[in-house]
Amino acid sequence: MSQTPHFPIYMDYGATTPVDPRVVDAMVPWLREHFGNPASRSHAWGWEAEQAVETAREQVAALIGADPREIVWTSGATESDNLAIKGAAQFYKGKGRHLITVRTEHKAVLDVMRELERQGFEVTYLEVQPDGLLDLEALRAAIRPDTILASVMLVNNEIGVIQDVQAIGRLCREKGVLLHVDAAQATGKVAIDLATLPVDLMSLASHKTYGPKGIGALYVRRKPRVRLEAQMHGGGHERGMRSGTLPTHQIVGMGEAFRIAREEMARDSEKARALHRRLVDGLKDIEEAYLNGHPTQRVPHNVNMSFNYVEGESLMMGIKGLAVSSGSACTSASLEPSYVLRALGRSDELAHSSLRITIGRFTTKQEIDYAIRAIRDNVARLRELSPLWEMHQDGIDLSTISWAAH
Amino acid sequence: MAYSQQVIDHYENPRNVGSFDKGDASVGTGMVGAPACGDVMRLQIKVNPDTGVIEDARFKTYGCGSAIASSSLVTEWVKGKTLAQATELKNSQIADELALPPVKIHCSILAEDAIKAAVEDYRKKHA
Repeated sequence: MSQTPHFPIYMDYGATTPVDPRVVDAMVPWLREHFGNPASRSHAWGWEAEQAVETAREQVAALIGADPREIVWTSGATESDNLAIKGAAQFYKGKGRHLITVRTEHKAVLDVMRELERQGFEVTYLEVQPDGLLDLEALRAAIRPDTILASVMLVNNEIGVIQDVQAIGRLCREKGVLLHVDAAQATGKVAIDLATLPVDLMSLASHKTYGPKGIGALYVRRKPRVRLEAQMHGGGHERGMRSGTLPTHQIVGMGEAFRIAREEMARDSEKARALHRRLVDGLKDIEEAYLNGHPTQRVPHNVNMSFNYVEGESLMMGIKGLAVSSGSACTSASLEPSYVLRALGRSDELAHSSLRITIGRFTTKQEIDYAIRAIRDNVARLRELSPLWEMHQDGIDLSTISWAAH
Repeated sequence: MAYSQQVIDHYENPRNVGSFDKGDASVGTGMVGAPACGDVMRLQIKVNPDTGVIEDARFKTYGCGSAIASSSLVTEWVKGKTLAQATELKNSQIADELALPPVKIHCSILAEDAIKAAVEDYRKKHA
């Protein structure tokens, strides 16, 4: 029956989304007969490809309230972050060498900042509040006369909180600091209007919004104009900011995905809100379960929860019908638990015990109900196996024990 | 990462889960690891005071599937062994039996440490 969930159930939309079938259909002709290079000026193959690229540019610009001329195609949000931050830092380094970002940013921002530190820039990494939000006063205090750029993400990829980019942007404007915003997780979930939002550079991804992987864009403000030093040199494509032959089919896919996102955002969001409520209601009465991130200033597509005394990877192994992710170190190569959860002041234990469930356009109520049952059953089962749970039941305060770290 | 059949089997049907009374003179308890590192194993052995043979074992583990499987496996392996034989168990035997990938070798090391700690605890009680 259509009521029965298919296995495994995908609830890792924060990692990537399925490509919407309408997007796939729009892309295919640009791989088959319409294979031209959009930079070819001498024949119809080139002209039609260029037309398709420009239509997609308008579609991407429309979702974020930008001018199409402010959109630069890249290979994805990571490249957009690199181009925005390195490009601005290098162009404006005569003005100053200080940059500001936040501890909970994506690695594509944090690692770029680390690289710039190696190149002689100074970077301030701001702490967040326990709810994951940035304190505006902390930002104000960090801005110096030689600060050239701040980078703050709109929607956090791990915990789903929405930063107040409007207020952050106003403050940056007032102080003459450029603001870069990584919006990879925000498009199609949060209304963005760059006509009123004081943001200078914005990174966009296609594959988090039902488009294909391997394509993204960087918004570069024209008024007041923002200048960047190119990071990829070659044929001078994208007004010299990013050389490389444009992948027409990918661009068409991102354009179509963003067109759909604009048209269906209200419906998608309403559905996500209802599913979010159902999921949280189904899990919140589990003893020693903690929601991570601000409860309301967030996108409903993300539920990040820690189930104390149960290790995240073992929980994922138990709920094997569900594709989710965890902040546990065991799920990554780094051997460190989630740095985002630790930045919220969560203990290492709670970071190891976290589950990130991200839902989206194709998630159903039946799948949510299955997830609730699977998580509840496995948390209970694994706690029966957990010496920490037994100690907790016996009233032993785990923080009083001196553990042998290994 | 795909789990081996052996790990899945121990994870889904863990052997000898539970606790003995820590205060019992015939019981040795070893607890190793740390919550902050993402794994804690508690292994308990029950020893026949006349023969010095481990007659029973129990475990509880907070950790990933490989950590649970490693500790479940050693509860089976130590049964029927003398204390000296038990301390000769090597982590590489555990890792081989469970087909642990390199990133999970630390789980087998922890299980070996747990046996040693449990035997040590029993010996201390009878020193």
